Amino acid sequence: MLGEGLLKGLGETARNFAGSFVSKERLTTVQYPEEREPLPEASRAFPFLVYDGADWEAGLRCVACQICEKECPPKCIYIEKSKDKKPDYVGKPQIYPAKFDIDISVCMSCQICVEVCPFEAIKMDNQFELATDDRFGGLLYDRKELARSNEYYHKIHPTEAAEVDARLAEEKAKAEEKAKAVAAAAAAKAAPAMAAKPAEGAQPQ
Amino acid sequence: MTNMLDQVFVLLKHRIVGLVPMPVQPILGAVLSVVAILAVFPGLFAISVLLERKGLGRMQNRIGPNRVGPLGVLQPVADGIKALIKEDLVPYSADHVVHFLAPVVLVVVVFMGYAVLPMGRNMTFVPMDAGLLFYFAMGASAELSIFMAGWSSRNKYSLLGAMRAVAQMISYEVPLLLSSVVIVMMTGSLSLDKIVEVQNQYTWGLPHWFVFTPMGFAAFVMFAIAATAETNRSPFDLPEGESELVAGYFTEYSGFKFAEFFLGEYVAMLSISGLGATLFLGGWSAPLEILNVVPSWFWFFAKIMVWICFYIWMRGTFPRLRQDQLMNFAWKFVLPMTLLNLLVAGLWRFMGEGWLRWVVCSAILLAAYVLGGRIGMRSKKFGPRSYRYAE
Amino acid sequence: MSESLLEAWNRPPTIEVDGEGELLEVAMGPHHPSTHGVFRMDVVLDGERVIKLKPVFGYLHRNHEQIGQTVGYLQMMPYTDRLDYFCSLTNNWAYALAVEKLVGQAVPERAEYIRVILAELTRIQNHASTIGFLTQEMGASGTPLMYAFREREKILDLFESLTGSRMMCNYMRFGGCRVDMTEAHLNAARKIVTGLPRFIDEFENLLTSNEILMARSQGMGVLKPDLAVNAGITGPMLRASGVNYDIRKVDHYGIYDRFSFRVPLGEHGDIYDRYMVRVLEMRESLKILEQALKDIPAGPFIDPKAKIRGFKPKPGEAYGRIEAPKGELGFYLISDGGTSPYRFRIRPPSFINLTVLEDMCIGQNVADVVVVFGSVDIVLGEVDR
Repeated sequence: MLGEGLLKGLGETARNFAGSFVSKERLTTVQYPEEREPLPEASRAFPFLVYDGADWEAGLRCVACQICEKECPPKCIYIEKSKDKKPDYVGKPQIYPAKFDIDISVCMSCQICVEVCPFEAIKMDNQFELATDDRFGGLLYDRKELARSNEYYHKIHPTEAAEVDARLAEEKAKAEEKAKAVAAAAAAKAAPAMAAKPAEGAQPQ
Repeated sequence: MTNMLDQVFVLLKHRIVGLVPMPVQPILGAVLSVVAILAVFPGLFAISVLLERKGLGRMQNRIGPNRVGPLGVLQPVADGIKALIKEDLVPYSADHVVHFLAPVVLVVVVFMGYAVLPMGRNMTFVPMDAGLLFYFAMGASAELSIFMAGWSSRNKYSLLGAMRAVAQMISYEVPLLLSSVVIVMMTGSLSLDKIVEVQNQYTWGLPHWFVFTPMGFAAFVMFAIAATAETNRSPFDLPEGESELVAGYFTEYSGFKFAEFFLGEYVAMLSISGLGATLFLGGWSAPLEILNVVPSWFWFFAKIMVWICFYIWMRGTFPRLRQDQLMNFAWKFVLPMTLLNLLVAGLWRFMGEGWLRWVVCSAILLAAYVLGGRIGMRSKKFGPRSYRYAE
Repeated sequence: MSESLLEAWNRPPTIEVDGEGELLEVAMGPHHPSTHGVFRMDVVLDGERVIKLKPVFGYLHRNHEQIGQTVGYLQMMPYTDRLDYFCSLTNNWAYALAVEKLVGQAVPERAEYIRVILAELTRIQNHASTIGFLTQEMGASGTPLMYAFREREKILDLFESLTGSRMMCNYMRFGGCRVDMTEAHLNAARKIVTGLPRFIDEFENLLTSNEILMARSQGMGVLKPDLAVNAGITGPMLRASGVNYDIRKVDHYGIYDRFSFRVPLGEHGDIYDRYMVRVLEMRESLKILEQALKDIPAGPFIDPKAKIRGFKPKPGEAYGRIEAPKGELGFYLISDGGTSPYRFRIRPPSFINLTVLEDMCIGQNVADVVVVFGSVDIVLGEVDR
């Protein structure tokens, strides 16, 4: 009561001062642009679109179902469906997004688009250094800027991407099997015009 | 050789002064000394700012500035350049003349104090007989500039800060003076050179610093408290209490005028540390007799820097007091203690040599401290508490 | 208001009040270093004594309740992160609780444990930083705050590795949690919990017996228990006034009745009591954490049959409330059978605790105003919503 508390406090700061020279525990600063702490795998920043293969436009998994657009809380996603169709990873013709814009300045990184996507087409990036001097256009990403390869996805979220790949491969195998069975049945029936129809039921969930 | 190193600045000055004709010599000598003071202390200011930022950082588990130059040593230079090139804003309705004069007055007054400080053997600019008195007169004038700043800014925060500053600095002027009077009583002189000389003696290799006597120690502690308050340092930094008054009396200052306030504050800190070191810690005398080989001016500056480090340490640790508590502390605790200390100093003088006076004087002071502290805390019902729990 | 700019500039800084003489009127905030964001207190001062204080809210109003009425149930979840952005996980929980009540959804055991662990970690980091801010307001140049942030960082690192985000977690779902807390996460939590007592000891060494802190906080900003109850104050503030009311004990929401912990109560209702109650609560939270981390069972982290999105609850209403670090956080939902609630109402503890600010500050010093304000523990995102 006569200054012991003050002395105790002085001792505490002195301990921290001395400790900062010897222990990492007491000098936690990371000198950011030069040093970086590794991001945890789950870390998320803004969404991107996954594509398979080398060509981003052909390999885009998105089928423009617009669920993410509907579910996005701040409504930062804008999708326009294509008029024509292109084959997806199973080989089935699908609609693709003619336009897929995300306004990063509106996006609040909530990951709900990722959760609701049934096609594993939209994932969270962990790239957070997105500063730009263009306040409007610079932060409005179109589908070309959003497209990232599956390898990139593997790089940033290895466990999750492996699971996704396994699931997709399984579905693909199933679909192929089904298609084969159907094809066999169709060949047996000699009705090739019907071949496309059952494959539609093998849409990935 | 050691003597040569000790007197190197004095000899240098004599050599330079000797180059000009006789009638100009006193003027040149004065100019040289002024230039030296104006060069050394702003340099020390830069070092202490850097030390403060680094030290506080380390206390808070941070690194502190480390971008400008190796380990951030050029940070003060960068700060200086920034302050110089920033726009100087003056509020529309401020009193422009007074607003301009306030930082100038502060800096001038603060530098005047150095005239009487003995910075080494034979290194006093003006060896005045009433040096201590002159120093306090100069120190008291700093309040004027702070009030000028607060009043002329026409900002409510500035005004409140200035009011606080004036009340606080005038209150603590009293214990500051009275705790120094003990030293005057013990040496019988107001001359700071004389005070250092009295302390520059050794018994068994140990110095005769006043801090090693009971009332000297008590006076030292109270001087340190009052000096902290006088220079508006944490935990007595209410005039610029950031969390309450934004920046206190210099809220409306920017650019170089702000830097002048900053400089004034730190230079005042350095000078009052110098005075404290002179009065209680033997000024330029070495802490051990064998260490006299080291030049005397080194010891003076080393003591200043130790004092500054202590300031930084306190700033990193303590929350600040409130205005009324600060005043209560000054008038109801520190002032009575300094008065008692004067009596004890008298007692010490008349009890003659021997161990008895050590025991009696220490006992009186310790008892007064414990009693005063207890009563003070109890009357306000301050104290640790115990807590109950509900299951 | 016809005075010209020049006249306005030259107006004297004081106002005349009958019987009181000349008073100084200071608008503290929204530009002020210690108003925790954008909050204004119009303070009338006699010297340094506060005569009148008018809190002005609303600078950070973001239409949360209206948003809640227009977006779906799931889509509101990330918005709740942004209410009290220091404790997004407890906000998530309160909202999930309300929706679960509305649709009658049960939560698996493991998910309940995960929720308790995360909520208590949130409480610890919130209390530590609150005390840091409080001492910052007393002028401690940030040292306790930096220590608090050092520990908070470890907890936030765990949150990031689990939920993907440090502060905007968006983690709870109706009927469980979004992802599982793996063994690695649990071990990280255990490591944090074993390290925290040392930090709290250190913190207390620095502050609890500090005479200046005692002088600044004891007997200041007293809140009487009857006023506290009448004003609807909750959380550590209410308990510091000596009222035994902790929703974890009163409501037994989640699985809190399985843990043994005590509720620290203050006696004087002043700032020091609020500080100490928070410190002691941190220690109690550690006890809960130790038990929860020991007992956490295996099992699903979310009810596999739970509807997460696009559901339409039957018409009805539900009020879910939890003991958030700042007090009682409640979400009130009325469903009319649509995909979004008919009425969405938040009971924010910060806002309601702030309503007694004037009562605590009148007659105090202007320096105490910011300290009292800091001891309330508010986040402007929640006050203004």
